[in-house]
Amino acid sequence: MPHYLDHAATTPALPQVVAAVAEQMSVPGNASSLHTAGRAARRVVEESREIIAAGLGAGPSEVVFTSGGTESDNLAVKGLYYQRRADDPRRTRLIVSAIEHHAVLDCVDFLVEYEGARITWVEPDPLGRIDPARVREAIEQDPADVALVSVMWANNEVGTVQPVAEITAVAHEFGIPMHTDAVQAMGQLPIDFAAVGADLLTASGHKIGGPLGVGVLLARRDVRLRPLTQGGGQERGLRSGTLDVAAIRGMAVATTHVTEGRSRERDRLASLRDKMIRGALDAGFDITVSGPHEVGDVSRRLPGNVHLLVPDCDGDSLLYLLDAAGIECSTGSACQAGVPRPSHVLLAMGVPEAQARGALRLSLGHTSDDADVAAFLDALPAAVERAQRAHHAGRAGQAPARTKGN
Amino acid sequence: MRVVAAMSGGVDSAVAAARMLDAGHEVVGVHLALSQSAATLRESARGCCTIEDAGDARRVADRLGIPFYVWDMADRFREDVMEDFVAEYAAGRTPNPCLRCNERIKFAALLDKALALGFDAVATGHYAQIVDGPDGRELHRAVDPAKDQSYVLGVLDTDQLARSFFPLGDTTKPHIREEAAERGFSVAKKPDSHDICFIADGDTKGWLTSRLGAAPGEIVDDSGEVVGTHEGAFAYTVGQRRGLGLKVPRDDGAKRYVVDVQPATRRVVVGTAELLGVDLLEADHGRWCGPAPSGEVRVGAQVRAHGEEIPATATADGELVQVRLDRRVRGVAPGQSVVLYDGTRVVGSATIARTGRADAPS
Repeated sequence: MPHYLDHAATTPALPQVVAAVAEQMSVPGNASSLHTAGRAARRVVEESREIIAAGLGAGPSEVVFTSGGTESDNLAVKGLYYQRRADDPRRTRLIVSAIEHHAVLDCVDFLVEYEGARITWVEPDPLGRIDPARVREAIEQDPADVALVSVMWANNEVGTVQPVAEITAVAHEFGIPMHTDAVQAMGQLPIDFAAVGADLLTASGHKIGGPLGVGVLLARRDVRLRPLTQGGGQERGLRSGTLDVAAIRGMAVATTHVTEGRSRERDRLASLRDKMIRGALDAGFDITVSGPHEVGDVSRRLPGNVHLLVPDCDGDSLLYLLDAAGIECSTGSACQAGVPRPSHVLLAMGVPEAQARGALRLSLGHTSDDADVAAFLDALPAAVERAQRAHHAGRAGQAPARTKGN
Repeated sequence: MRVVAAMSGGVDSAVAAARMLDAGHEVVGVHLALSQSAATLRESARGCCTIEDAGDARRVADRLGIPFYVWDMADRFREDVMEDFVAEYAAGRTPNPCLRCNERIKFAALLDKALALGFDAVATGHYAQIVDGPDGRELHRAVDPAKDQSYVLGVLDTDQLARSFFPLGDTTKPHIREEAAERGFSVAKKPDSHDICFIADGDTKGWLTSRLGAAPGEIVDDSGEVVGTHEGAFAYTVGQRRGLGLKVPRDDGAKRYVVDVQPATRRVVVGTAELLGVDLLEADHGRWCGPAPSGEVRVGAQVRAHGEEIPATATADGELVQVRLDRRVRGVAPGQSVVLYDGTRVVGSATIARTGRADAPS
């Protein structure tokens, strides 16, 4: 059996989710229909909405169902930008952390390229933390031209938890709306939308043991968004399209699960995480851990995140060798056409490009146990040795320079 | 054995990977990203290393149920193949980048990385055969003469051959396409790639001009008379007839060909067809796919990828190789590789530095 250590990419659906989705898929029902089947579907959607809202500290009317984290981020960043610019043409500046997921970063790039937006990136400190004071500085360049602030709740690569409430407070001081992508945080940390005060929050079903293809955008009632899709006017007109009743119910079931057992699960994962980090640091390869790390800490680093930098290695070599040894993990960063690129998150944290290429992310979740940690630590030394040899082979060992004729 | 199957996204390497798996090897598919812009979408059948090719290769790997990785060797490819290609043309020579890529990338950087990762060998979709001989593994022509690619593999030494598999060498191309279709590969009908993979539109002259800049000069005939002008001597190859744009016709109306490219003076020399015929080749960078020949040996010599084989006598002195062809051939340019055969066996290769004639009138 392979050891699955890539829960940040997707975590296996919970058995109760699979059962609920299967059951729901077997009954007909468009939640917009007025007949009995439609009403039954509508009831499932609305009960799910209440469960998810309660799990995230939001009101049911603040929940907008989408197809997942990427769509929620798009609706938040673009929808808010278009509305703010329409209300006040000066408001075209985005203040966004440099370590966002591509679902936010690429929206920013799009708005800059096609919609006249300007961007002020907020750089993290070497541990990947966004300092609220830096957000303030960015706003104070000209508070009157800012459309929105977007800073993620917890980083998907290095696991740093951001001071979202403080950053929100800074943005609100200037009357600027705040979006936070909580996709990675939702399964592992308590999320209280009302307490944090953010205007928009992104969450995803499949990162918490729910189905793929469903997510939510929490949107405060007083925040105005321009919808990106037009159609049947579902979800307050913000997100047209027939609701995926089964997936929504599945996400609600998963929400219940992560909410109920959260504090115990958080400590359990943190303990596995700490063993894994300690073991890797002690493996003798000058491996370093990225982001903040203290044993038992769950407020500054995601309890399920292990992010290592292995010197003189290519992450993809490590991935192959670990995969061959039955360990499924990730480099943590996106590829371009399958070609690994040094992570923008690590580069923003000031990690040199050569070091960033040796990144390895192991992410824990509901199926993880001590056997996974032990298997990883067992496989690591041989994988690192080989990957380091391959790294040197790819650079040195070249054929002698060719003799030119004539 | 644990084998890396180099998968370009084409039909040949797909079948090669499948055959390695059938033979009982543990196979991992690797697509080499060689392009500077990995996201380039191909617009025609030309070129390689595009996102589409990587996707095609991945589909095949998924179907075979083997792991698949993309290895980024774009920097090495740029330095060792593309920059060399430009420098060779700038020096008035005509290189074959496929040989260079095989020598430096596929059977060097890729093979070295694979070995370091614990693999035993690399398999590719080249049409050639490896045969166990008295002195180790030998490289032979493929059974399909129309597809034979032993020419571009003539740079491999015995160590590299010992770590290489060419599972398609015993089959003709039409059969490979049939086999791909039977295996349900989506690439079964994908057109063959042609030309030079990093010049996607096939416009070598334009590509070189964009890198080397215009360098106008004169086109002269063999008596030294100026008969035209050009925008860069690097765009001309010995033996070329088309695209010369000569303004002054010859008195006898004979067709004229490029017979020499002289980058130092930016001169392109044209002359009649008989000036093109050469039978002496001086070559350097000799590479032996087995024991180096000693003394004078009788060989078959091939000077371009799908050219004919000409009976010849060769002598090797270290990396320097002299080849005397039994008859003259036209259009042999410095920079081209001459690959030597003994029957179907590849003896080795060398890069042509100078050409001449055995009985040249002085």
